[in-house]
Amino acid sequence: MRSWKLAKMSMVFAPRLAESAPTSHVGASWSPYDNNGGTCVAIAGADYCVIAADTRMSTGFSILTRDYSKIHHITEKCVLASSGFQADVRSLQKNLDARHQIYQHQHSKQMSCPAMAQLLSNTLYYKRFFPYYSFNVLGGLDNEGKGCVYTYDAVGSYERSGYSSQGSGQTLIMPVLDNQLKSASPLVLPPRESSTPLTESEAVDLIKDTFASAAERDIYTGDGVEIVIINKEGIRRETMALKRD
Amino acid sequence: MDFSNFQAPGMYPYHASSSSKQAEKSYVDHPIMGPHNSSFTLMPEAPSKHTKYPYVTGTSVLGVKYKDGVLLASDTAASYGSTVRYKSVQRLKAVGKTTALGASGEISDFQAINELLDQLITNDYMWDDGNNLGPVEIHNYLNRLMYGRRNKFDPLWNSLVLGGVKNGQQYLGVVTMIGVHYVDDHVATGFGNHLARPIFRDEWRADMTHEEAVALLEKCMLVLFYRDRSAINKFQIANVTEAGVHISEPYALQTNWSYKAFENPTAGAVGSW
Repeated sequence: MRSWKLAKMSMVFAPRLAESAPTSHVGASWSPYDNNGGTCVAIAGADYCVIAADTRMSTGFSILTRDYSKIHHITEKCVLASSGFQADVRSLQKNLDARHQIYQHQHSKQMSCPAMAQLLSNTLYYKRFFPYYSFNVLGGLDNEGKGCVYTYDAVGSYERSGYSSQGSGQTLIMPVLDNQLKSASPLVLPPRESSTPLTESEAVDLIKDTFASAAERDIYTGDGVEIVIINKEGIRRETMALKRD
Repeated sequence: MDFSNFQAPGMYPYHASSSSKQAEKSYVDHPIMGPHNSSFTLMPEAPSKHTKYPYVTGTSVLGVKYKDGVLLASDTAASYGSTVRYKSVQRLKAVGKTTALGASGEISDFQAINELLDQLITNDYMWDDGNNLGPVEIHNYLNRLMYGRRNKFDPLWNSLVLGGVKNGQQYLGVVTMIGVHYVDDHVATGFGNHLARPIFRDEWRADMTHEEAVALLEKCMLVLFYRDRSAINKFQIANVTEAGVHISEPYALQTNWSYKAFENPTAGAVGSW
């Protein structure tokens, strides 16, 4: 068993072989990971939060399906968008659901968004030595009804911010959000209020623009974008078609 | 007979070898210098009980929804590396009355999955509670099974296609060997993803009749027979409707080799011998 633990630590995200086609890679072996692509974005407003993700699921250079949702409603006020390795993402979602059910039984109430944010971080770090290959953005309303966005890496490092993007189109979208959003950059000192003064519909339009732009250059982003808006009225969902190439 | 072109399974390129020297002998797990041991050679390694590579494999499985149900299609070949070793293997199976399962990849792992599903269906039947496991439940079960084995670094080396009908609703899903899973109106595994899916995307419609759907599948299976070297011209189709699962007897399709270029293949080739 010891040798397997060592092997796991040195495991790189090597490309997985197609199980019925010999490849010409010498030295490539079975990998427990795959990247199914996709991009997630979230923007926090004064009294709303917008969370969006594209609906394409890919492997290598193939599209598996054009209509897969990366967005998961964990609580009434809290929504998780995740891209990366789909099997790990789904397993993580089920894990959080189970933990949330237990919390509700024990506390007779739903988890708040900041509480779920901490739980997600702990859940990810728990598998620090065989990570969930899942790049998450958690969005919702905090205990005061203000929009909050939490952004994560694969092993649970997280921070609250006014907006974030994760996934294959992250590097294309993040600079646009930095430029367009009038919310404070996380780098500004002293730390400033983290939500943007954009209205809800302006934020939704910005999301649509950023996804359309990312779909132009990122091959793993496309087909469609699913947008979830949380405000005091509840949760609403919109979709928009993206280029299918 | 000249077997010099024969490539045994388990040899290059499936195994992890860090040098070409190891390529020749690393299909046998040497106690010290095994394939993974480039960084910790002082540790004697027990023979691995984890799957590293497949041996006897099936190629693509296709699936489409149509107006009254779901169709799955596969050929009946099982290859041993580069040899088409078995030509009458049924890679489609009925699971209960509502679902059909098709598998590509390692045949012995598919047989193990079938054993587990048989036990699952039997237990479900014995509850005798008016409920029965539908395609959604079987899909979730298979997903958890495959993902669980992946977590132990000992995968069942299959891509599974699951099609079923329950309460008038068609269901078509896929689970891969590392637990990636999804549903769609048309699916394919292996080479089918590259050759058949584009045809499905162009020609599939939700209101296809049974005849139209079979014609679409046959068109794709023919392309796979022409272009996938592990495919043979002997197919089966599983039809799942509200009434139940029916798997056809194997049959062949008409092929066309009478292209001018095939008549004298070396006509354009210049050589010294």
